[in-house]
Amino acid sequence: MRLAAVLVVLLAFFALVKTENFFSLPTWQSMAIQFPEFGLMALGVMLAMVIGGIDLSVVGVANMTAIGSATLMLWIAPVGSDAGQGYVALVAAIGLSLLVGALAGALNGFLVAKVRIPAILVTLGTFELFTGIAVIISGGKPTSGLPPQYGEVMASRLFGLIPMPLIIFVVATVLVGLLMYKTAFGTKLYMLGSNETAASFSGLKTTSLTIRTYMLSGVLASAAGLVMLANYNSAKADYGSTYTLLAVLIVVLGGINPNGGSGRLSGVVLAVVVLQVLSSLLNTFPQVSSFYRPLIWGAVLLLVIVVNQWDRKGNLNRFFRWKGKDA
Amino acid sequence: MKATSRKLLKSNEFYLLLVIVVLSVVIQARSGQFFTANNLVDIANAMIVPGIFAVGAFMVLVSGGIDVSFPALASLSVYATTRLLVDAGYGGSIWVPLALVVVFGALLGAFNGLFTARFAVPVLIITLGTANVFSGFMQGALGSVQIPTIPAGMSEFGRATLFVATNPDSGLTSNMPVAFLILVGVLVAAFVLLRYTTFGRGVYALGGDESSAARAGFNVRATKFWLYVIVGVIASLAGLVRTSMMDQMHPTNLLGMELMVIAAVVLGGAAITGGTGTLTGAMLGTLLIVIVQNSMILVGIPTFWQGFALGVLIIVGTAISAIQLTRVRKRTVAFA
Repeated sequence: MRLAAVLVVLLAFFALVKTENFFSLPTWQSMAIQFPEFGLMALGVMLAMVIGGIDLSVVGVANMTAIGSATLMLWIAPVGSDAGQGYVALVAAIGLSLLVGALAGALNGFLVAKVRIPAILVTLGTFELFTGIAVIISGGKPTSGLPPQYGEVMASRLFGLIPMPLIIFVVATVLVGLLMYKTAFGTKLYMLGSNETAASFSGLKTTSLTIRTYMLSGVLASAAGLVMLANYNSAKADYGSTYTLLAVLIVVLGGINPNGGSGRLSGVVLAVVVLQVLSSLLNTFPQVSSFYRPLIWGAVLLLVIVVNQWDRKGNLNRFFRWKGKDA
Repeated sequence: MKATSRKLLKSNEFYLLLVIVVLSVVIQARSGQFFTANNLVDIANAMIVPGIFAVGAFMVLVSGGIDVSFPALASLSVYATTRLLVDAGYGGSIWVPLALVVVFGALLGAFNGLFTARFAVPVLIITLGTANVFSGFMQGALGSVQIPTIPAGMSEFGRATLFVATNPDSGLTSNMPVAFLILVGVLVAAFVLLRYTTFGRGVYALGGDESSAARAGFNVRATKFWLYVIVGVIASLAGLVRTSMMDQMHPTNLLGMELMVIAAVVLGGAAITGGTGTLTGAMLGTLLIVIVQNSMILVGIPTFWQGFALGVLIIVGTAISAIQLTRVRKRTVAFA
């Protein structure tokens, strides 16, 4: 709930300082196109973190699948082919991307659960591996010249208003939410995250659970890759290099315990929105160089860590009570 | 004698050395260029910077954490040093930049140390944050640009050579830089620190089990704090060496090296959960990676494959050490 308060303050500040930007529709639409990229990745990192792991390979998965599906699309529908071929390419690309994402995630999950390498190292290694594969497929150059149908579909707007990437993000969030809170799978995730030994003694198939979690993360990352592919209209091995940190930041900011077992989806979604608003707000100040952005993300991450620690001792509640509010 | 050989056969370093020897022979057979004096000196040369970094990364790994901020830390402290000295028109010897870089390194390391010592959050997440703060501060607040001319003392140091190796066939020569001595110095210092001081034993104890270390009387917070100060200094030295040898300050040149260095240390057999590992292993791991990187060109594999090869190396290396760890655990359970 603290995060919601932060969001309200941030929005109020935005509305006051940059009134004309705040009340214009394009600002919000461009936001809605931007944030699904890292928002989807953050959902994947969140799932991994709930079971006490982490997934640092999301950007690698996204770039690899984006390049893979871009290459496939170019192969099915080379530049100048008709619309029918374009749509075939589109469907094939989405299918391939999600499949490869799931496979990449399964590799992560296998290495974590079966070979028992710590998740941090697995995903650092597979990040390098996936990025390496992306470089090999693309030759290090951007892959572009996609069939126009892809761009059309991804840039289309529901009721002429809601951009496609936002719809993808909302659908993904709802699905993940249903999975986490309405199925046994979700409950098991939290059990696994809070105590792995206890979880396996109470009969959970921890290996398959872990592998499925990382597969989900991989699929979400590949969806992010599809959105990136549409937004840049090309794919390259080093797109979105700042998103690793951003995704981790969002998840920690959203209140997921990095040691696993607790935290809620709503917090993460809220954190995604807060960061996008912050980022758009920064964009409206041209004098702030984009090089400051890593500094700000890093500082926010450290601040959240500090505040969370302080909060654990109940300081924040005491602080609010002292102000006369019941928090 | 038998005990020694059995111990040798069980050690990770032995197998690593074996892999390196086999790889070298294969490359020699394919290219005929590996065991030439100048190639060996080139490899030693290429090892200096990752080698120094590896010492720092190794110490953190032993204490049970993973630090990804050291390239950013090194870049920032060397950038600040170079900027300051260039603006001041400094033209003296290497000692002043060396002292400055040590001070900056210690300060930035202390920044890392403050967080890691105080907060029960994985070191990786903390250092992901500080790495971005460092590089953001350098590129945003300091508005870093490439500095083409570095102070004379630094570039002299970068060019100073111990000896020159010549390839009798091709006539190519390679210089052995004096900076190699810094790697040796850092190694010796780290070895003594880790093996013969209470602090060093404390680092190992922390990595083994933090609460046991605390009960055994180690001051956990102080040990962590000073560990990151030391690692900051080591990383900054590596940055200074790189800048001096390149003869220019390139702010983003070092960024992205963290993965390779961590991979090297893990390949060297430092347990990812902390508490064990040797400097010898860390150096052999670095050597292996440097050979792989250098020799891809010799054997004629396109450099596109580098990332892929590195990823596979990390995964295979960590998998071996993880499987060993599981086996040891199973055995101890069986005995108990």
